[in-house]
Amino acid sequence: MGLFLAQLLTGLANAGALFMVASGLSLIFGVTRIVNFAHGSFYMLGAYVGYSLMQVLPGAVGFWGAIVLAGLIVGIIGALVEVLVLRQVYSAPELFQLVATFGVILVVQDLALMIWGPTDLLGPRAPGLEGIVRIMGEPVPQYDLALIAITPFVAIALWYLITRTRVGILVRAATQDREMVGALGVNQSLLFTGTFFLGCALAGLGGALQLPKGGADLLMDFTILAQVFVVVVIGGMGSLPGALLAAVLISVLNVFGVAYLPQSTLVLMYVVMVAVLMWRPFGLLGREEVAGELGQVGEPDRPVRPAGTAVRVLVAALLAVLAALPFWGGSFAVVLVTDILIFCLFAASLHFLLGQGGLVSFGHAAFFGGGAYVAALLVKYAGTPMELALILAPLGAGLVAIAIGWVALRATGVYFAMLTLAFAQLLWSLVFQWGDVTGGDDGLVGIWPARWASDNDVYFWLALVLSVGGILVLRHVAHAPFGYALRAARDNAPRAEAMGLDTKRIQHAAFAFAGMMAGVAGGLFVFSKGSVFPNEMEIARSFDALIVVFLGGVKTLSGGWVGGATFKGVEDLLVRFEYWRLALGLLIIVVVIVAPDGIVGGLRKLGERLGLLRPDEAPRGTAAPAAREPAE
Amino acid sequence: MDRKTFLKGLVAASLAAATAAPAAAQDGEPIKIGEINHYKRMAAFAEPYKMGIEMAVEEINAEGGVLGRPLEFVFRDDQGEPGEAIRIAEELMTREETAMVTGSILSNVGLAIASLAGNREFVYLAAEPLADAVTWEQGNPWTFRLRASTYMQAAMLAEAAAETDAMTYATIAPNYAYGKDAVAAFKEVLTELKPGVEFVAEQWPALFNIDAGAEVQALERAKPDAIYNVTFGPDLAKFVREGNTRGLFEGRQVYGLLSGEPEYMEPLGAEAPEGWIVTGYPWYDFEGDANAEFVSAYRERWDDTPKIGSLVGYATALSIAAAIEKAGSTESDAIRQAFEGLAVDTPAGEITYREIDNQSTLGAWVGRTELRDGAGVMVDWSYKDGADYLPSDERVRELRPSE
Repeated sequence: MGLFLAQLLTGLANAGALFMVASGLSLIFGVTRIVNFAHGSFYMLGAYVGYSLMQVLPGAVGFWGAIVLAGLIVGIIGALVEVLVLRQVYSAPELFQLVATFGVILVVQDLALMIWGPTDLLGPRAPGLEGIVRIMGEPVPQYDLALIAITPFVAIALWYLITRTRVGILVRAATQDREMVGALGVNQSLLFTGTFFLGCALAGLGGALQLPKGGADLLMDFTILAQVFVVVVIGGMGSLPGALLAAVLISVLNVFGVAYLPQSTLVLMYVVMVAVLMWRPFGLLGREEVAGELGQVGEPDRPVRPAGTAVRVLVAALLAVLAALPFWGGSFAVVLVTDILIFCLFAASLHFLLGQGGLVSFGHAAFFGGGAYVAALLVKYAGTPMELALILAPLGAGLVAIAIGWVALRATGVYFAMLTLAFAQLLWSLVFQWGDVTGGDDGLVGIWPARWASDNDVYFWLALVLSVGGILVLRHVAHAPFGYALRAARDNAPRAEAMGLDTKRIQHAAFAFAGMMAGVAGGLFVFSKGSVFPNEMEIARSFDALIVVFLGGVKTLSGGWVGGATFKGVEDLLVRFEYWRLALGLLIIVVVIVAPDGIVGGLRKLGERLGLLRPDEAPRGTAAPAAREPAE
Repeated sequence: MDRKTFLKGLVAASLAAATAAPAAAQDGEPIKIGEINHYKRMAAFAEPYKMGIEMAVEEINAEGGVLGRPLEFVFRDDQGEPGEAIRIAEELMTREETAMVTGSILSNVGLAIASLAGNREFVYLAAEPLADAVTWEQGNPWTFRLRASTYMQAAMLAEAAAETDAMTYATIAPNYAYGKDAVAAFKEVLTELKPGVEFVAEQWPALFNIDAGAEVQALERAKPDAIYNVTFGPDLAKFVREGNTRGLFEGRQVYGLLSGEPEYMEPLGAEAPEGWIVTGYPWYDFEGDANAEFVSAYRERWDDTPKIGSLVGYATALSIAAAIEKAGSTESDAIRQAFEGLAVDTPAGEITYREIDNQSTLGAWVGRTELRDGAGVMVDWSYKDGADYLPSDERVRELRPSE
């Protein structure tokens, strides 16, 4: 009994910092609809700033003062980021802002390394709260009790702010319908900046409060991020009581998981998340999203057109030049371009899902990595020849996509995205944990191409054929009736269904198809590297693809591979410099601000303005989404 | 428009790549060595390692270099990604024309490069990766390893553990390959030396995401005589703090793999655990030997105290120089043959790259932790030669299927 109580208290104490970070993310999402990937960075900044302040401010007053100040300072940094970066891109397509927040992550990582150095910092203990209290004979740290006391206080203050003050009324109104709030004359920019300040301050507070239980290190931004996403989704995005409930639930379950199922530490929270979302697709206390509520921010999509003859001839010529790369490029250029081609196909497959299907997946790496592992396992355990493995890899990935899509498509919008993330993580932890078969973290090595393709040049041609072929297939499907049906389901599901289209089935098929194409890329990847590791399935890989798709331009047909090629190429150049993360982060932010339609969209607009390109004849901006597709 | 622009960019990038192609190495031109590491992602470990290499290279070149040519390292960041490391290794071996490749701290990256080295037939010296698989299960003739492996270091601690009265053990290790190997090796060797021991709890916190309070409660619940710790970095700091606060370590012997290394010990400051038996690097107490000389030279050169990574980096560069000198050329196969059975004088003593499994016999220091002037140090330490902590030759041959 005593142990049970002590474990419960440990869980509750852990819930404190988690709730604060999660409530900040939830608040920001609720009002601004921005999925703030950089939230973990603000948490990390809170820890570092708090640590530095505690070094100068003396005693207990200094300690608690430092925590409050850290929250304020991080809040101000957050507000600055909102004003300088995010405000520029509110009119961009939905979720585009997350690319900017990704840039912020990179910048903060390098700045923190510059300012605080690489060594982990051990947080100071709270003055006067160093010891333990014995509760029913079990030791409970005093600081844990302090955390348990502080959390409700912060929660109540937030609750008061949201329910009892004018600011709170505005925030709630904006959560429900921000256009209407704007139409009623509320200064939206101020409201958004204020929300960002509050949300980031909460993240900073959370970071500073956990100092006595740990410290500050350069990896904490990513380690907290997944956890916070899970909490926010389980609780229901935008819901503060939901965040509190979910933070407590996850933290307490974690403690008991550690005690009774020690191997479960990687998967437990994702299992809970999947279970909760299957039961309640909008989280515990979340509100069902009204169809079309989020709307299509920014200008509507343009109709897709097959390329004209001139373009086709040009592309064919350029592809021929590219195919001759082994004859005019160096031997390393061949290796680099092979990598880029594979990544382009991966990005293009996600782009198809996002652009044509309107389905934002945060877990696309499951299919890339899935294909890679299918191929590697086949070679390892069945001695499968490369050719067969390359065919079976997409089939395996497609099967995985069918299974995941079956569950994930019950939800929509951000919840769909989060479910794909959860499944990708489940798959990742399966691969990571099941060392006897998958090699776990040590991966599967020695998976080399067949003899005829073992030369880098030959493998380059193989990758060229399959990647370019795959991208062309994706393009072709976009122009096929299936593509039209998919866009109909994206733009107006009720109308599409009224026309007799089974939208869920179409989206499911698109999901499986995109998964399959990612599987092709995954299969190619294994043989080009000779090995595969769980890294190819982790969140970072999914984010890589997501970022390049947005950077390339969601609302264009070529955005996926253009973004992929540009990003990979630029990355390969920048990584050679000392502060490449800073440079890459700033570059991403600049691209986001300069070209909110992505690289392709931005170039197209530039071309039209200069008169090089003919603008589309279809009516723009005013037509209802479903009416935008002209007859061929 | 879009495609054209993209392809133009691609052509330009490739042209830039092509024009940067190197001229053939001539006499007097530097011998280049590729060094791939996670300089950003694991800066706290990679920096001292790099400084160790740079210091050795300066010394080697001041004495006339290797084969009469200066030695030069090409440092590249792989972001901690095996896939990136593979591409960089290809670039180093083709475009930079490096004689061989070294680097990586993370074992998975090391294994990826090792696999490539075996396939493309160039020499890879895995300096820091600890995974046993690098030289055993996944070992290949082209991959050599400098540091004492997970198995060797765990065996050193198991030997120390066998001398105590503790009969029940609990283990806590990060939930990934290194943690699992470390626990398995400790169990194997300890059970061999002392058949009656019992393992009463195994805790597997997620790497860098430990729930320290819960882990400490779970360990306490098992009431073990002794604890074997494999956590490191921020996890170790959290574990030690919660353990101290909740009295987990009172009256218990704790064994800490790598816990005594300055990389992990220094951040703990005055809260470093006392009385743990650990493997580590007691640079502060060396006197009158090659270790002491290295430490003072390092402090003079960098105005910083050495870490274990500094020693590893230094020994890496020395090993490579010795191998190329012995090979008499920069041909891959000559270097590989030179590495087999190569003896190198390092600050820690002479080490040999064993012919049987390409593992060097570099050892580790085992000692007891203590607080001194508000910082954790190792006392009563002794250097354990790695050669004494490897399995029998028959067992190694079983473990190493490729040869």
